[in-house]
Amino acid sequence: MTSLRTAMSSSRAEEARRRVAPPGGADRVFRAMLRIVGVLVLAIMATVGLFLVRNGSDALGMAGWSFLTTQAWQPDSGNFGIAAVLAGTVLIALVALCVAFPLAAGVALFISEYAPPGARRALVSLVDLMAAVPSVVYGLFGAVFLQWNLLDVPRWISTRFGWIPLFTVDGYDPDDPLSSQTVFASSTFFAGLIVGMMVMPIACSVMREAFSQAPPGEREGAYALGATKWGMIRSVVLPFARGGMIGGTMLGLGRALGETIAVYMIIAPVFVIQPHILQSGANSVSAMIAQQWGAASPFGLSALMAAGLALFALTLVVNFGASAIIARSRSGQESEA
Amino acid sequence: MSTVDEPERRRTTGTADRGDVVALIGSAAAAVAVAWLVFTRLAPFGGTIGFLIIAWVVFLGLYGFLTSFTENALTVRDRLARALVYSIAFVALVGLIVIVGYPLVRGIAALRHANFFTEDMANAGPLDPLTQGGILHAVVGTLEQIAIALIIVVPLGLVCAVFLNETRGAFSRLVRTIVDAMTALPSIVAGLFVYAALILGLGLERSGLAAGCAISVMMLPIVIRASDVVLRLVPGSLREASFALGAGQLRTVWHVVLPTARSGLTTAILLGTARGIGETSPVLITAGFTAYLNTNPLSGSQVSLPLETFSLVTSPEEAMKSRGFGAAAVLMLLVLILFVLARVLGGRPAGDLSRGQRERRRRASLADRERFIARINERNGGTDQ
Repeated sequence: MTSLRTAMSSSRAEEARRRVAPPGGADRVFRAMLRIVGVLVLAIMATVGLFLVRNGSDALGMAGWSFLTTQAWQPDSGNFGIAAVLAGTVLIALVALCVAFPLAAGVALFISEYAPPGARRALVSLVDLMAAVPSVVYGLFGAVFLQWNLLDVPRWISTRFGWIPLFTVDGYDPDDPLSSQTVFASSTFFAGLIVGMMVMPIACSVMREAFSQAPPGEREGAYALGATKWGMIRSVVLPFARGGMIGGTMLGLGRALGETIAVYMIIAPVFVIQPHILQSGANSVSAMIAQQWGAASPFGLSALMAAGLALFALTLVVNFGASAIIARSRSGQESEA
Repeated sequence: MSTVDEPERRRTTGTADRGDVVALIGSAAAAVAVAWLVFTRLAPFGGTIGFLIIAWVVFLGLYGFLTSFTENALTVRDRLARALVYSIAFVALVGLIVIVGYPLVRGIAALRHANFFTEDMANAGPLDPLTQGGILHAVVGTLEQIAIALIIVVPLGLVCAVFLNETRGAFSRLVRTIVDAMTALPSIVAGLFVYAALILGLGLERSGLAAGCAISVMMLPIVIRASDVVLRLVPGSLREASFALGAGQLRTVWHVVLPTARSGLTTAILLGTARGIGETSPVLITAGFTAYLNTNPLSGSQVSLPLETFSLVTSPEEAMKSRGFGAAAVLMLLVLILFVLARVLGGRPAGDLSRGQRERRRRASLADRERFIARINERNGGTDQ
């Protein structure tokens, strides 16, 4: 509409209709500008790793390979490494996935298959809202409310399944009625639970998109063969969306690995590899950076930069994997009609 | 996609008869009763969570059992799967409401005092009541930092998204891949990057400007990706129609592609803003913490709402905690406002107009008609003379 008006007003003077924008000229400038911005964005993104390497090289050079195997974090006495925090990060992210995957799959199925069509847009908005809630609010909710009201859950798991090493809690005796419950707070489990709730909407939106792209013809075919709704979902929707489900989960994993402030607010930091996920005491790379930042010496800063570099590399690998899987699962872009 | 004119549509196949509804209600009632019996009479259980979980498991069992009287095994499985999906969705919805509502409810104590919005924390000691001190400095800091971030992100992000859509080739594919991978860049890494580049590299001091830059590094890939998706949805036929009318690429983008996608682009920017406004760790790394009001983003520490929330709730004092909840409530309200704005202004697919927009187009079209008629008359008058 606007284009028409401008075109008319600009050609009002002439009799013959002329080409509004001859090839070259303005368009060439325009394309050059686009390209410059592209290069600029690429440069910003590419230098993230570069700057971390440059500033972390002091610490990396001094620690060498022991940076990956040392559990303690005392950079000023030269004894530091990310073994403990890296293991903690992975454990928290795994717990988060165990929470996020079923929730995300269930909500995505509900929105794309079960919810009345009129309510779909509102439900999608609600899931998006969940993704927009600041992480500090999640952390607040987890640290102050959730973990103190849910202590029964890890206690029950530990009492019943304590013989599995993962669920052992040192210092808790199920037969002692007076034993304190605080050994269950501030644990990997609760950090993972909250992070799982945070990454659920991200995984959910990718899964929902994948579910809703399942071809209607094959759905009808399944119904025609006598399938129930669940039978149709199992034989058409889920296989079709497998790539999207894996990709969405990995995208969530990437977010879970990098989550800082919510984890920081919940955990009680420890610097040993803590395989007991129900027990108080956990840590993650990003939470450690936030904890140590204020009081770090220049060399300590360099060590933290190196830790940030490790986290960056880890999330990058996961994200590349996720976007490759999602891109492969998307069969063509139908939108380019 | 399909060869017929009418696009394929999914059919709704819900078939809940009265027996199914009765079975549902009956098993729910029975489940609550059984769980109550177990909890109060039979076993030494306690806790609301345990009650709900046991009631839910009993409900699933009873519901499947009741359905199996009248239906075959396939249908029983179908009903159970439906019950499972509905309950997961319900749990997620309840979780969302509790998470959004919790800071609002706990924050009322602090929000009730007007000084909470007009003072900073300079004169409020740890033991002072809520009638002293406030979060003005954090609100100002948040607004300034997000403004700086938007000044960087909006032009860069939109132009980059246009770049990804307007040029095909190896280079734009590379940019898209990198941007996609960067959408999940840990926010603390964005903070570290800006600290290394601007503060250690260029010698800037810790300030609101650095924090704004850190937030923009984090927001940029999110906004680019969301805008890219929206721009891709602009129908190719519109673009080709514009080319066919003789418009160049710049004119096509400016007058056809961007206006068509305006609603989606607004949503992309607003949702990116909502994400950026809530980030704590980049501010923690690059702006430092202060209790004083600092309106100058170019120098001196400047605190933002999420960072203020974080530092207040980790304090052991009750009044400080209340202030923290108040700050979280204000932050949550800001995000909610942005979110509602994003949904009201945008969220529609490209080319799908609201009623007001359609009305405006109709009026513009009528005006054009008048103009054309007047012009034709004028020209005819000209040739007659």
